[in-house]
Amino acid sequence: MTEQMDAGLVAEQIAATPGALSEPADGQEMGRGRRRKEDPKLLTGQTNWTDNITLPGLLHMAVLRSPMAHAKVLSVDVSAALEVPGVIAAYSGADLADVMGATLPCAWPVTPDMVSPPHTPLAVDTVRYVGDGVAVVVARDRYTAADALEAIAVEYEQLPAVVDMEEALKEGSPLVHESAGTNRTFLFDFPGAGADYAETVAAAGDDAVVVKRRFVQQRLLPTPMEPRAVVVAPIAAADDYTVYSATQIPHILRVMLALTTGIPEHKIRVIAPDVGGGFGCKLNVYAEEVLCLVVAKKLGRPVKWTESRSEHYQATVHGRDQVQDIEIAARKDGTLLGLKVELLADMGAYLQLVTPGVPILGAFMFPAIYKMAAYHFTCTGVFTTKTPTDAYRGAGRPEATFAIERIMDELAHELGRDPMELRKQNWIRHEEFPYDMVAGLTYDSGNYEAATAKAEEMFDLDGLRREQAERRARKDPVQLGIGISTFTEMCGLAPSRVLGSLSYGAGGWEAAQIRMLPTGKVEVTSGATPHGQGHHTAWSQIVADALGVPFEDVEVTTGDTDSSPKGMDTYGSRSLVVGGVAIHKATGKVLEKAKRIAAHLLEANEADVEFDKGAFSVKGSPEASMTIQEVALATFAAHNLPDGMEPTLDSDYVYDPENFSYPHGTHLCAVEIDTETGFTTIRKYVCVDDIGKIVNPVIVEGQVHGGLAQGIAQALYEEAVYDDDGNLTTGTLVDYLVPAAPDLPHFETGRTETPATSNPLGVKGVGEAGTIASTPAVMNAVVDALRPFGVRDVRMPATPERVWRAIHGSDAERAAAGTIAYGGASTSTTAATQEQM
Amino acid sequence: MIPAEFDYLAPDTVADAVAALAADEDAKVLAGGQSLIPVLRLRLSYPTQLVDLRKVQELRGVRDDGDALVIGAMTRHSDVVADPLVQQHAALVAAATATVADPAVRHRGTFGGALAHADPAGDLAAVALALDAELVAEGPGGRRSIAAADFFQDYLQTALSPDELLVEVRIPKLEGTWSVHYEKFNRVAQAWAIVGVATAVRREGGSIAEARVGLTNMGSTPVRATAVEAALRGVPAEAGAIAEAAQHAAEGTTPPDDLGGKADYRQHLARVLTRRAVATAAGV
Ligand SMILES: Cc1cc2nc3c(=O)[nH]c(=O)nc-3n(C[C@H](O)[C@H](O)[C@H](O)COP(=O)(O)OP(=O)(O)OC[C@H]3O[C@@H](n4cnc5c(N)ncnc54)[C@H](O)[C@@H]3O)c2cc1C
Repeated sequence: MTEQMDAGLVAEQIAATPGALSEPADGQEMGRGRRRKEDPKLLTGQTNWTDNITLPGLLHMAVLRSPMAHAKVLSVDVSAALEVPGVIAAYSGADLADVMGATLPCAWPVTPDMVSPPHTPLAVDTVRYVGDGVAVVVARDRYTAADALEAIAVEYEQLPAVVDMEEALKEGSPLVHESAGTNRTFLFDFPGAGADYAETVAAAGDDAVVVKRRFVQQRLLPTPMEPRAVVVAPIAAADDYTVYSATQIPHILRVMLALTTGIPEHKIRVIAPDVGGGFGCKLNVYAEEVLCLVVAKKLGRPVKWTESRSEHYQATVHGRDQVQDIEIAARKDGTLLGLKVELLADMGAYLQLVTPGVPILGAFMFPAIYKMAAYHFTCTGVFTTKTPTDAYRGAGRPEATFAIERIMDELAHELGRDPMELRKQNWIRHEEFPYDMVAGLTYDSGNYEAATAKAEEMFDLDGLRREQAERRARKDPVQLGIGISTFTEMCGLAPSRVLGSLSYGAGGWEAAQIRMLPTGKVEVTSGATPHGQGHHTAWSQIVADALGVPFEDVEVTTGDTDSSPKGMDTYGSRSLVVGGVAIHKATGKVLEKAKRIAAHLLEANEADVEFDKGAFSVKGSPEASMTIQEVALATFAAHNLPDGMEPTLDSDYVYDPENFSYPHGTHLCAVEIDTETGFTTIRKYVCVDDIGKIVNPVIVEGQVHGGLAQGIAQALYEEAVYDDDGNLTTGTLVDYLVPAAPDLPHFETGRTETPATSNPLGVKGVGEAGTIASTPAVMNAVVDALRPFGVRDVRMPATPERVWRAIHGSDAERAAAGTIAYGGASTSTTAATQEQM
Repeated sequence: MIPAEFDYLAPDTVADAVAALAADEDAKVLAGGQSLIPVLRLRLSYPTQLVDLRKVQELRGVRDDGDALVIGAMTRHSDVVADPLVQQHAALVAAATATVADPAVRHRGTFGGALAHADPAGDLAAVALALDAELVAEGPGGRRSIAAADFFQDYLQTALSPDELLVEVRIPKLEGTWSVHYEKFNRVAQAWAIVGVATAVRREGGSIAEARVGLTNMGSTPVRATAVEAALRGVPAEAGAIAEAAQHAAEGTTPPDDLGGKADYRQHLARVLTRRAVATAAGV
């Protein structure tokens, strides 16, 4: 309902200075606001989406999906489908049982005794969520395939749906996986690296103030512009397969397809063509990828599958879905003592690639930027008859950040303290870095003071607080609320050793290759596979600076296991921090060799040769010099190289980070709430992000804006709703409300720059920051606006109706919704019984 | 998703379209396709024949017909909004149409299609009702005119028979000095109304002489808030009097109880939004 369509600062900058949008004084590429290399192709429709791929003899696959959340499959009869003209084949789960593999992979067994039931690409005897595949049809065109699905006869025997996590854990609940004997997937217990929580609180005696809250992270539906699509092209005679997939992870997919189907890894080539967004939901190994592969193999013909949006909402992983019981303890003077976190995490019906690991990533983030002596985290994974959950932008970290930032506000309220002052009292001071956190991580750098000071200055905090007081005093129907989020996150997944200690099935390195061509142009391949971010632009900038070549002379190749064979792909804001650093290191190897060749050709001592802005010269005799392009040509000709040297200027580097990186920032949000209708409007949004060194501010701005939109969407708009029978009632974009530009405020963005010390570029990652930080900033503002009505929480999304009921509902109604406390006060000691909300 | 197979015809005249409908009882009219195509894609309907009206020129455009304005059924939303005659004589239609969805939908969707679809959450039906519009249908038996009050019969159901076309809509010009306002409440700009209120108010001096109030999404059809209209007649054009009259807005309504809002919330919204709509229209 807002009409704020401000195109933002970046657009103004672009209009004012086409070409070089913001030019660093030193003429470097690092920090230069360049338009993205990727955009001309996107804007002129020359993009190579998977669904655009067409091959001779291409067949089209469609998947018949369960209309029931939970049922026994008594029979599947595809014979009538085979009669439909144009249908080539139709298979039930049983028909493919011997080729489709015993289970789709889950790479993250978070505990040794985790329950990991088989997850076949098509259900064989039981369906466990609405959308679970039961059969496939392959036809000459997708229209025929869709028609033929209706001809398949399936007999189901309905079983009870399991929708609610707490119900699922009760004795006697229907079981999602009968053979597992329980709906409890795992119990992960992490006592932190500090003191014992209970003992710490007990030792503080009467001085301890404890606040408990239950927060609900609603289920979200990732909504990339491009839904999933797969094409598999077999070369039958060679038993060789090319798999095109709209995936974030071609390299991981290749390994997993081989392990799942038994087709040897070297016989599979995976290509992620242009991919239109993923947000984590394309960080997976999906049934349809396996099915296309095995069906193409069976038929010896290329097969394509493309999902529709409604199919995507049923069959592509969902995000979030946690119930968080949070307890924070502080001394009366506000000094934090400790934090206790008990999570229920909804796995959905099956474990996808990293389903169980998502809430576990959060385990390291709950203490955020605050010093405290004790921390205890437990998480119970729960099976339900719903679409599986998995990574969604931020993956575990938004949930954790929300909980800590919300409860810091609640604690401040309880103590009668200003929420920002309480944060300042407890956060790690700039001079205390590097800092060993109670959750076991070592934060390398940070400057919370600087980011906060800048944000406060941009926000006019004092002015807004004054206006808030006035509106409260005159009981204005429009109330103002102010919300803070001083967040941090861990990016750059991840040091392989750390992943190993967390039982993750793979490493966290990234690979890069550089090839200098005879004409001095540079080819770069990277294992970090983009799906919309702008990697090619950023990598070109890094290489241009390092090798002293023009930005335009760098060509980047990604997303094909033939041409960029090694990689760990893109997720967890890792591409720049791991992949970008790998490229930087690879350029170092090229330079080292080029220098030896230059010294040889210049007949100088290697130690006397210097490299600056693309040219090698001999110390003291500046006329003796040659460009790196000249060195490249001389290397190609190979007429006069040092003895025994290979005639190439190529390098290969695999970089394994030593630590995560820790972007942080301060986000401030002011909302106006129409207390008559409950409608929330964001009046002002200021964020100051510290993401270390910046390669390209335009890309950064884009990532921040998109991230903010997604985080605000969780706070105010988006929610996947299931009915009691396990049907997704928000199954289309009519009911699942994704906000667009008119619904969002003008974002006032700022930055501080505290370089990471754990990598040579000083970069930290920006892919998820906006999403992680913004949800609690908005919700803290909503709750702040409603404090005069006794409200202390509102379930997300804070829809107008929820807000209206939080204000006007009866006390019983409000207590049931968790918006107010029973009896008002919420302070208690840990010994007191857990409040029900 | 992909619709089931159908035949497709794009006649040039109303007569040919009517004949095509008469020839196949499972035929359906295709106007802008903004409601029909989603229905087909989800396979909620299986017509054998689509009769596309896009080439029928006589169904397009707005004309002045003395005491009424006539809007052709195939006039696109974007053309309705921009039309000077509509802005002058049926400003409420323009105001409500401007809130429909987004520019892309407004460039495809049609005035007639929106009314024939009869979604109670659609913004235009309440307007047609409030303005006492006459909907003109043509079938094998010729033309007939249906009052808006009789046209909307139930959720997605109208007085049109399957072989009839909606050809045009006559909107009586409002006599005297009227001002209008459409108040739409939705969660995101592109979404359907949770509740909408269409109002036209005629002021005489310091009081409200006459008011029209139509409600969007407050039942299985658009609703005329007659109790509010009666309560507003002759009251001073002041906030207090308008607020009192608006208290009647939800009387007799049976709004949906769904994801978009529970019924009691919608009734509350109807009262608040009616008050705001009337106050805005009355310049209070
Ligand atoms: C994303 C989206 C958002 C939308 N949001 C809104 C909104 O906020 N408010 C709103 O009011 N509407 C909204 N709409 C609907 C839009 O206004 C449609 O244009 C309208 O409902 C149908 O008009 P149409 O011309 O597209 O008709 P079609 O979709 O072509 O037809 C709709 C139905 O009417 C029948 N029909 C059409 N024309 C005639 C005729 N001349 N005679 C007989 N029968 C006919 C068809 O057979 C069909 O059953 C939205 C649509 C979309 C896709």
